[in-house]
Amino acid sequence: MAIGKLFRTTAFKISLAYLILSAIGASIVLGTVGWNMKHLVEEEIAQTIDADIKGLSEQYAQGGINLLARRVLRRTRRPGAKLYLVTTPAGEPIAGNVTSLPSEIHDEQGYFKTTYHLLGDPAGKIHHALVRVVQLEGGFRLLVGRDLEEGENLRQILSNALFTSLFWLVVIGTLGGLWIARRVLNRVDAINANARAIVAGDLSGRLRLAGTGDELDRLVENFNAMLERMSVLLAGLKEVSDNIAHDLKTPLTRLRSGLEQALRTAKSPEDYQQALTKALEESDGLIQIFNALLSIARAEAGAGREGMVDFDAAGVLRDVSELYEPVAEERGIALTLKLGVGLALHGSRELISQALANLVDNALKYGAPDKDNPNIKQQNTVELSARRTAGQVEFIIADHGAGIPEADHHRVLERFVRLENARSRPGSGLGLSLAAAVARLHNGCLHLEDNGPGLRVIIRLPAAPLNVIEERPIAVPGKAA
Amino acid sequence: MRILIVEDDTEAANYLIKAFREAGHVVDHVSNGLDGFARARDESYDVLVIDRMLPKLDGLSVIANLRAQNVLTPVLILSALGQVDDKVKGLRAGGDDYLAKPYAFSELLARVEVLSRRSRPSGGEDTVYRVNGLELDRLAHKLTRDGKEIPLQPREFRLLEYLMKHAGQVVTRTMLLENVWDYHFDPQTNVIDVHISRLRAKIDKGFEPPLLHTIRGAGYMIRDGHW
Repeated sequence: MAIGKLFRTTAFKISLAYLILSAIGASIVLGTVGWNMKHLVEEEIAQTIDADIKGLSEQYAQGGINLLARRVLRRTRRPGAKLYLVTTPAGEPIAGNVTSLPSEIHDEQGYFKTTYHLLGDPAGKIHHALVRVVQLEGGFRLLVGRDLEEGENLRQILSNALFTSLFWLVVIGTLGGLWIARRVLNRVDAINANARAIVAGDLSGRLRLAGTGDELDRLVENFNAMLERMSVLLAGLKEVSDNIAHDLKTPLTRLRSGLEQALRTAKSPEDYQQALTKALEESDGLIQIFNALLSIARAEAGAGREGMVDFDAAGVLRDVSELYEPVAEERGIALTLKLGVGLALHGSRELISQALANLVDNALKYGAPDKDNPNIKQQNTVELSARRTAGQVEFIIADHGAGIPEADHHRVLERFVRLENARSRPGSGLGLSLAAAVARLHNGCLHLEDNGPGLRVIIRLPAAPLNVIEERPIAVPGKAA
Repeated sequence: MRILIVEDDTEAANYLIKAFREAGHVVDHVSNGLDGFARARDESYDVLVIDRMLPKLDGLSVIANLRAQNVLTPVLILSALGQVDDKVKGLRAGGDDYLAKPYAFSELLARVEVLSRRSRPSGGEDTVYRVNGLELDRLAHKLTRDGKEIPLQPREFRLLEYLMKHAGQVVTRTMLLENVWDYHFDPQTNVIDVHISRLRAKIDKGFEPPLLHTIRGAGYMIRDGHW
């Protein structure tokens, strides 16, 4: 794997950012600690200097300059690194281990930081010291100092620690970042390779899960869900085109062969007339199928949304029921209608009417009692109802016919699917799919239930606010009237 | 009746010309929108049949321009675009009726004849329609035949009202669906036929002569039997 690619990964960039932040943090912590330490050490030194000066001042007060000089002499002989100096008011040294007061502090009192050389080693190492000079009564000056080596050492240790830890932080951070980046990159590369293979070839392939349940796995799961959905859509598309091919080609073939046969065998004008009438019927059927297909496609593409209005669903169902009532009566079926209140809908009155009309048409067509099976006592009714439930308007179209086997409930909503026993009857097999498409267009749903015996179709659509019911909006002004 | 056909498909136009002439009408034909506009503006026709997609000037613009010039000849729009919103667009542009392709000629003929009748000022908004002994009072919502009152459901009343308004003219099933039920889709089963036979049972049963006639391959017509 190219190292440049590794540096460009998000994982590495994130590691790098963390690294910089931790380095800054570590520096701040160690720096503060170091500064505070130094301060503390100097304060302590100043305190011991003060105590020394206090003691020596007392000696001076008791025994004068002689006693002080003796005490200072004695103290300078002790091992240790204290600095002492007593001078005359003129600055000449009387006693001490320091040759003279530094000129710049000769006349000042208080604390100073200064440098000095040890007596036996005038060219040697420069030492740092904190000193205090006080003027005693009579003009004598006393200098007491302490070496700052200890504090200096402490500072050194801390700054060493800081740089060492920064060094390791950078080394470990960079390597760790690269390692994490490599790990993530490996998995992403695997996913990418996998995805490319699927896109290039077989769409039924799926991405492999690492099984860690982490965010990459979730990403892969979503990719797989997407692929699944695509496969379903593609399969649907294929089935639709197969069905279109079948259901359009069948009448087209009948049309063509009918005309061909008429040309070959028809002798009398009556023969021709019969053939042409048949051809006309076939082409009308084809037009019907085309129109239904177009309506479904348009509903699925979301067309007709701009023509949506608020209307009363009760009126729509009542109109459809009234339209089919004579047909039902003619077929010996009782069409009952039960309407709830507050059935306000927002949508296309035309499309919802069409969907309901298709369902009622189906119910009357297939919902007639099964005459071949006298054992089952079936009611001769088709029940229509509409009610409001939990923010939804629910239409139910229920019949007591042969029904649809549970296993086929999903399939019959697809385009052109007609169950075997329906193939012999007229119809395009598009009624249910159109109704389902219209329900989806209105953000609702359509599903089928067993009515024991018979079929119950349920459409649920989101209800509109109650105050907006309009009485019969006219979709197209009847200008031809 | 004088009809102007504006249609760029020659074969379709020839078929229309022939069919309208057979039905006894005088037909002119032009094949683009500009010529259509000029002819419709300069000559007097009873009905214009205009295709929606035309070379030079599209059908809806032709209509809009005619209306802007105060030419009020009834227009029937022919179009391959057959959805409700297409129809609404056509009617808004000033069309009077809209027929989606492919269509049955009987449907087109019936609509053109209804349109031409409508353009005459006399054919109109009477409050009472009379055909033979059948009398429909639109204000009182009352129907009588030979003085005998016949009760009707509201929808039956509107159905009969539409048929009587166009008495003597063929009215197709689609026209009834559009104008009486305000539906612009095909309800598959021949629901209209059943409604008509119900209505017929009410107004013709026990009376002479029969007034509500089925016109084979076209639709229905209310007509005085002696006429």
